[in-house]
Amino acid sequence: MEPAGKEIYFDNSATTRVFDSVRDVMVQAMTEEYGNMSSKHKKGVEAERRIKSARETIAASLKAKEKEIFFTSGGTESNNLALIGTALANKRAGRHLITTCIEHASVYNPMAFLEEQGFRVTYLPVDANGIVSLEALREALCEETILVSVMYVNNEIGAVEPIGEIGALLKEKNPSVYFHVDAIQAYGKYVIRPKKLGIDLLSVSGHKIHGPKGAGFLYVDERVKIKPILYGGGQEKGLRSGTENVPGFAGLGQAVREIYTDHEARVEWLYTLKERLVNGLKAMEGVTVHGRTGRDSAPQIVSAGFEGVRAEVLLHALEDKGIYVSSGSACSSNHPGVSGTLRGLGVKETLLDSTLRFSFGAFNTEDEVDECLKALHELLPVLRRYRRG
Amino acid sequence: MKYKAFLIKYAEIGVKGKNRYLFEDALVKQINHRLKRLDGKFFVTKESGRIYAEAEGNFDYDEVIDTLQHVFGIVGICPVVQIEDTGYEDLKAAVVRYIGDVYGDKSFTFKVVARRANKQYPVVSDQINRDMGEVILEAYPNSRVDVHSPDVLLRVEVRHRINIFSETIPGPGGMPIGTAGRAMLLLSGGIDSPVAGYMIAKRGVTIEATYFHAPPYTSERAKQKVIDLAKLMAKYTGPIKLNIVNFTDIQLYIYDQCPHDELTIIMRRYMMRIAERLAKEDECLALVTGESIGQVASQTMHSLAVTNEVCELPVMRPLIAFDKQDIVDISLKIDTYETSVLPYEDCCTIFVAKHPVTKPVLKRIQNSERKLEEKIDDLLETAVSTREIVRCS
Repeated sequence: MEPAGKEIYFDNSATTRVFDSVRDVMVQAMTEEYGNMSSKHKKGVEAERRIKSARETIAASLKAKEKEIFFTSGGTESNNLALIGTALANKRAGRHLITTCIEHASVYNPMAFLEEQGFRVTYLPVDANGIVSLEALREALCEETILVSVMYVNNEIGAVEPIGEIGALLKEKNPSVYFHVDAIQAYGKYVIRPKKLGIDLLSVSGHKIHGPKGAGFLYVDERVKIKPILYGGGQEKGLRSGTENVPGFAGLGQAVREIYTDHEARVEWLYTLKERLVNGLKAMEGVTVHGRTGRDSAPQIVSAGFEGVRAEVLLHALEDKGIYVSSGSACSSNHPGVSGTLRGLGVKETLLDSTLRFSFGAFNTEDEVDECLKALHELLPVLRRYRRG
Repeated sequence: MKYKAFLIKYAEIGVKGKNRYLFEDALVKQINHRLKRLDGKFFVTKESGRIYAEAEGNFDYDEVIDTLQHVFGIVGICPVVQIEDTGYEDLKAAVVRYIGDVYGDKSFTFKVVARRANKQYPVVSDQINRDMGEVILEAYPNSRVDVHSPDVLLRVEVRHRINIFSETIPGPGGMPIGTAGRAMLLLSGGIDSPVAGYMIAKRGVTIEATYFHAPPYTSERAKQKVIDLAKLMAKYTGPIKLNIVNFTDIQLYIYDQCPHDELTIIMRRYMMRIAERLAKEDECLALVTGESIGQVASQTMHSLAVTNEVCELPVMRPLIAFDKQDIVDISLKIDTYETSVLPYEDCCTIFVAKHPVTKPVLKRIQNSERKLEEKIDDLLETAVSTREIVRCS
């Protein structure tokens, strides 16, 4: 084990360390208020109170109603429930779905499943900065379309999609189309008001915002027709059966409370770190920072290609110095082969296998950024000297 | 029906003359060792050319069979029903019940072979054969006696208790671990080397292993994968001492000093040298590799000869004439395949040249290695002294 002080964790888009207050809330929920919310006795009531409080906090963060928040096991389940649940409930209205070509696997694969079920899916292209084309969306929309799903912030390069414009476009063209937003990398970084943005469904994961793994939620506008994908005891108003993960949901509520306290300052801090890293990287020979890097990009993500170095080797070399980053996106880096998103963005072929993602969180500091840049300065010449072929 | 014991059959040990007891003792020790980890209590005894594992208390039948099927030296496992001697009529009833439980109403031919180890027993073997045959025929009209090639060979052994058995479940064969000295396996993360280790272990050889780790070019997961492979192998071989050698500096030094197309072959010569050194420290009598002729550039006949040249110990290559598919089949059988194919890079491929030499000339390679004289001894020393040892079981 590295001593905690020596660790530089720049992989916050993969997952984050929980806030201390989140840990405390969870410990309490596991050791004292450990009841089952469905129990009629006091223990059950305590647990219910916990969850209600978390739900209130989350609803307030979105200016939504409490009854529009459904707890889930995290981002993947939220996306699955949103897509499969609405597609199956509305298939009589139409069988056409629209998404983009840079979505996370937890959108991509449910879409593939729905295609097997007889739905037609249009995958919208993105430009070199990873921004989806509104024109293409306008063209793809048709009578048959029942659902549009677009991610808020791309997990690999931090591109921010024009969610508000898409919402407005849908309202103008076909108000009965549901709009789902995968906000897993965006929630906590942006103040999101679904009603204002025309969002009907919004997926969020707890562990990307210093909350626990295994807890997330789906916002579902009250007018949306949706079917459950899990059947059982009828928890979460029948939309998501299964005994409530009380410590998880309580922890998630606490994380939301913290992340949206001093929110502007937190985001400002992330941009400060990002600018510092981007400037440092741009000054280096043979390094390309992908996509936009200013205030029009997500504050926590930097994606960069390192000419002549294999991403995995550089990653492990940084690891050796206690610096943790990810190659491409951690979720897809289990698979051999290179990122489809990067290729979709038109990233140079030579950089596809040479791209690292640095992602910041609430615990990072400027010194850590400098430390990381210093390490790259040392490592790159050495790693470039030894290569295959 | 309740099995209470297992009769263990072994083959080759039977012909080892005066050393036979050594082999039997090794097998008893291995069986004891493996059964110790399971639920239940087992007493393993050897008795006039047989080994019995008798169970006391509750145990999981499937788990016992699976465990015994991983013990080299065992060719067959007979689940045995044991009854107390409470009279001849009770024995007849027990035999009828046994047949019913195992074969039911199926039509089958059978033969009874009784053995009266306890000579105090009042009925002689021949008479037991006849009487048991009679009650079986009576109880199961679909059965028939066939003394030449019966479907069911029912054995009734009268010892201090009475053993009834008929089925034989195949064991892995081979020789008990610990009867043939030690060998050092060069374990990569691939499909071949675990199979090679398994095959040599099957001949009774205790296996130790060496893995070459090249951070940051190979990852922590690649190392974990090799540890996992060693653990899977250990189900057959018993505990494996795994030496993890950091090879990065040696590799980079070769890269700097020698022609690039010779990198792999020179690297492999140094791997052999290190493995041999570790082997000698632990009194291994041979090296084991998963090489197979022509599989890759470093496994052509020419390359093998050049690699072999640095070793004094015999190098065993049990897969040398195997086709890839045959190797895959064994790895599937021994359950290492799935782990072997996890996509983590191993240190042999990270700097591989576009066109590595396939017909290396020993003199040329030796000349290239001379360019390493300045630092290589120190690097080898460091690699050996900083190695990590993981005990895998």
